[in-house]
Amino acid sequence: MRALAYQALLVGVIGFVVWYLVSNTLHNLAARNITTGFAFLGREAGFAIGESMISYTPADTYGRAIEVGLLNTLRVSVIGVVVATGLGTVLGVARLSRNWLVSRLAGAYVEVMRNIPLLLQLFFWYALITESLPGPRQARHPLPGVFLSNRGLVLPTLRGDAMDWMLAGLAIAIAAVVVAGHWAKKRQEASGRVFPLARAGAVILVCGPLAGWLASGAPLVLDVPHLAGFNFSGGITLTPEFTALLTGLIIYTSAFIAEVVRSGIQAVDQGQWEAAASLGLSRVRMLRLVILPQALRVIVPPMTSQYLNLTKNSSLAVAIGYPDLVSVVNTTLNQTGQAIEGILIIMAAYLTVSLSISVCMNWYNRRIALVER
Amino acid sequence: MPGRAADRPDMAPQAPAMGVAGWCRSRLFSSPLNIVLTLLVTWLLFMTVPALLDWLFLQADFSATTAAQCRAAQGACWAFIAAKHRLILFGVYPYDQQWRPLLAAVILVAVIVCSCMRRFWRPALALLWSAALLAVAVLMWGGVFGLAHVEDSRWGGLPLTLILSTFGIAFAFPLGLLLALGRRSDMPVIKALCVVYIELVRGVPLISLLFMSSVMLPLFLPEGVSIDKLLRAQIAIILFAAAYIAETVRGGLQAIPKGQYEGADSLGLSYWQKMRKIILPQALKVVIPPLVSIFVALFKDTSLVVIIGIFDLTQSAKTALADAHWRGFSSEAYVFIACIYFIFCFSISRYSKALEKRLDTGRRQ
Repeated sequence: MRALAYQALLVGVIGFVVWYLVSNTLHNLAARNITTGFAFLGREAGFAIGESMISYTPADTYGRAIEVGLLNTLRVSVIGVVVATGLGTVLGVARLSRNWLVSRLAGAYVEVMRNIPLLLQLFFWYALITESLPGPRQARHPLPGVFLSNRGLVLPTLRGDAMDWMLAGLAIAIAAVVVAGHWAKKRQEASGRVFPLARAGAVILVCGPLAGWLASGAPLVLDVPHLAGFNFSGGITLTPEFTALLTGLIIYTSAFIAEVVRSGIQAVDQGQWEAAASLGLSRVRMLRLVILPQALRVIVPPMTSQYLNLTKNSSLAVAIGYPDLVSVVNTTLNQTGQAIEGILIIMAAYLTVSLSISVCMNWYNRRIALVER
Repeated sequence: MPGRAADRPDMAPQAPAMGVAGWCRSRLFSSPLNIVLTLLVTWLLFMTVPALLDWLFLQADFSATTAAQCRAAQGACWAFIAAKHRLILFGVYPYDQQWRPLLAAVILVAVIVCSCMRRFWRPALALLWSAALLAVAVLMWGGVFGLAHVEDSRWGGLPLTLILSTFGIAFAFPLGLLLALGRRSDMPVIKALCVVYIELVRGVPLISLLFMSSVMLPLFLPEGVSIDKLLRAQIAIILFAAAYIAETVRGGLQAIPKGQYEGADSLGLSYWQKMRKIILPQALKVVIPPLVSIFVALFKDTSLVVIIGIFDLTQSAKTALADAHWRGFSSEAYVFIACIYFIFCFSISRYSKALEKRLDTGRRQ
């Protein structure tokens, strides 16, 4: 009875507060001549966006502009997650290395990068690229075909009709490796014979695209950037904003991922290593068959939250002018005054992305948890 | 078969690693892979460290009076920091009054240090916090005791960063505690409200909450009423941190064995008595280390207020860089404030790690 009364009271209070805020808001909006609703998405945006994965001109609608922003957010997040996972895993393993220099260096990296705000790192990288690097004519040239200047990072890329064939070949090769994996597991369970899957898989993965290339017969051009006038032509150009944002996100997040990986590996009991060694497994098979399956169970949940953090942190793009979702919506809301709708769009987009990542990772987590008996 | 072992030829025991050479052999050159790694890392250090030292110290200019002199030096221009340190540390707070934010910062650091010592872990700590926060407010705003009034739009720099994070954690903690209790509550409506709030806030970036506070909050208020920008940002930070604290505390509540709840119930304690005397003291002890991590994260996250134009440490560094006479020393300014952030965050997270170890052994006994 008392519980009911409390809940009724709380609902009443919250209802009143919401009613009060909404009535104030409606009044304020009416006073400022702003019509609520999402009709503004169909109007002409009239502002330019620096980089876009789909075609966009200022004559396009606000809706299209926000779409561009969302795609830019996804682009930097996906690349960031992939690279940060790789770098973070290497660093996490390096921290546990028996080599004193390696473990200390990885430790120093993790401690320094974790304890400096990401925003500051972004400012630093952005300033470094735009202020300290030379212009395109004197561009730094760390690797053949790679140019680093105050216009951003220019990389060589592959172009040509053979690309589609090679991608098809790669897809078939991946499917073949998956099928071979299932077959090898079944055979090992039935007969105990081990199939060298890693070596065979590598061969298949190399041969697939190669076969595609041969089948197409079309030439594949390596598009190496070169200086033409005052800028580069050819290759792909990563803008200074994108380069700074991606660098910052990767460096910051990989430090956290390194900690996740380290604690995951350390969470596996020492006895498991010893037991695996006494079975006569090699160090690689020890890791793959005994340690990693157990470590992954510890690693996956915190790794998920690191992925979510990276995606959310990509919103700091607005500070250095990379046109991500938040930055585009911010421009939109300054031009139209549709503050509430703008914030709702941002929140809805991030909640959707967060929930999808959570759902995927939870599915993966359940899958690896099934190994437990 | 006791004789078996004796039949075998004795194997020489592995030589213990002794001295510098032994240490090097076991830690750096124990296997071919290790040798390659050691050489690789040494080469990497050799390529970067001397250049870095050159830039940081050896070729740096500490005493130049103009930017032109500084640019002539090959290394960093620390003279820039020397010329601008008051602006970076205290923002545009009236120059002759800057002892006030300095004192406020010292008080805040002292409270944080006190909270780290176990002998201060008692209810009186809450009183100490209230007194300190009050003192900071008086010092910063002034207007009483003969202190000149200073608008909060002129606050800035390190004290503001400390204020945003300490006030943030101080107010977010009780709110987060209530949210955690609400999420574990039996009352469906309260539980649902808490779950929605926590998940909603944790699902969106802090920037969107800051934008909300800067563009949406003014719309919520009746005409003529306005809350100033700093307070709005502070509210956004509190609401944000509360959701994370709630999840952490919930973890602690779940770690308490069911028997404790049942024991408290069987004593006939009311809900609040049960929580205050039995459950929370145990649950909070478990979650102190993660709470400290949240504080570190919050301290770093306060730098985001730059985006809505508030003068914290990061923003004041950017302002110092905007001076036309001293253009182009952004690396120096960012390295300087990065050091400040690092000192705070690193020492607190080190403390958290030590604490975790100590509390953990306490529980195992």
